[in-house]
Amino acid sequence: MTLADIPGLYNYWIVILLMMTGLYIVVSRGNLVKKIVGLVIFQTAVFLLYISMGKIIGGTAPILTGRPEIFSNPLPHVLILTAIVVGISTTALGLALVVRIGDAYGTIEEDEIAKADHEAEFGGPETP
Amino acid sequence: MIDIVLLTFLALTALAIVRLRHLFAVVMLTGVYSLLSAGLFVLLDAVDVAFIEAAVGAGISTVLMLGTLALTSRREKVPGRIPVLPLIVVLITGAALLYGTLDMPRFGDAGAPIHRHVAPRYIHDSGTEIGVPNIVTSVLASYRGFDTLGELTVIFTAGIGILLLLGGTGGRRRKDEEMEEEG
Repeated sequence: MTLADIPGLYNYWIVILLMMTGLYIVVSRGNLVKKIVGLVIFQTAVFLLYISMGKIIGGTAPILTGRPEIFSNPLPHVLILTAIVVGISTTALGLALVVRIGDAYGTIEEDEIAKADHEAEFGGPETP
Repeated sequence: MIDIVLLTFLALTALAIVRLRHLFAVVMLTGVYSLLSAGLFVLLDAVDVAFIEAAVGAGISTVLMLGTLALTSRREKVPGRIPVLPLIVVLITGAALLYGTLDMPRFGDAGAPIHRHVAPRYIHDSGTEIGVPNIVTSVLASYRGFDTLGELTVIFTAGIGILLLLGGTGGRRRKDEEMEEEG
């Protein structure tokens, strides 16, 4: 690859940065709402990756107007439309689980939940 | 040019979300993030996706998260130590993915494999076969109609799951509040 390739890959690189930001939030943060926000960021980055691959420079939105035109690829759009709707369903279900956990434990921090679980099981605080 | 600006804004928003501890601000920035990506979808010719992302990502999902915050807590606890292991994992994964992009067709290349096969058939024939000008609509609602039906099943199942999870709590919460008022 040469320096001239960088504009052609910029989209993909930012998408990867966004994906990794989302992954980092999911792995490193203990707050359950923040974890779901991380998942949403990762998801949207994947959408961007697909849509970027479908774009043709000089193309237009895939709507037939009768004039001869270059259209961007409509198939990634269809896939991502479905993915967005499935994504909101899983987000909503995850948030409902968070609310339920918050009701049962009084906290939505991962380490405090683990501590409460440990105390309920063994009857005492965790020994390191 | 404007897409590079939008992409940079997206990256900045995501990094701000990592740093912020106030969950209300985090949720608001998630809305901003969705709206920016919707703008980017318009630039990338995916107008239908942009509509859905603006309505669902920036609208509904923000409302759901705000509702969750109202029912739980608004501040994230500050961890005692900086997590190093996740950072290493993320950096290695990111480097592997970056290496993978070097072989990808360049952005906007009309000769890329994705544009050579299946897609031209839909672009040429869907107008006469289905008669809807919007190709995305005709694929979604006609060629892949059963898939869209399956998508509705997913939403329905998620709705049932949420009702089962939260259906019982309303009564208990009210009882708790009554007990607090009495005690």
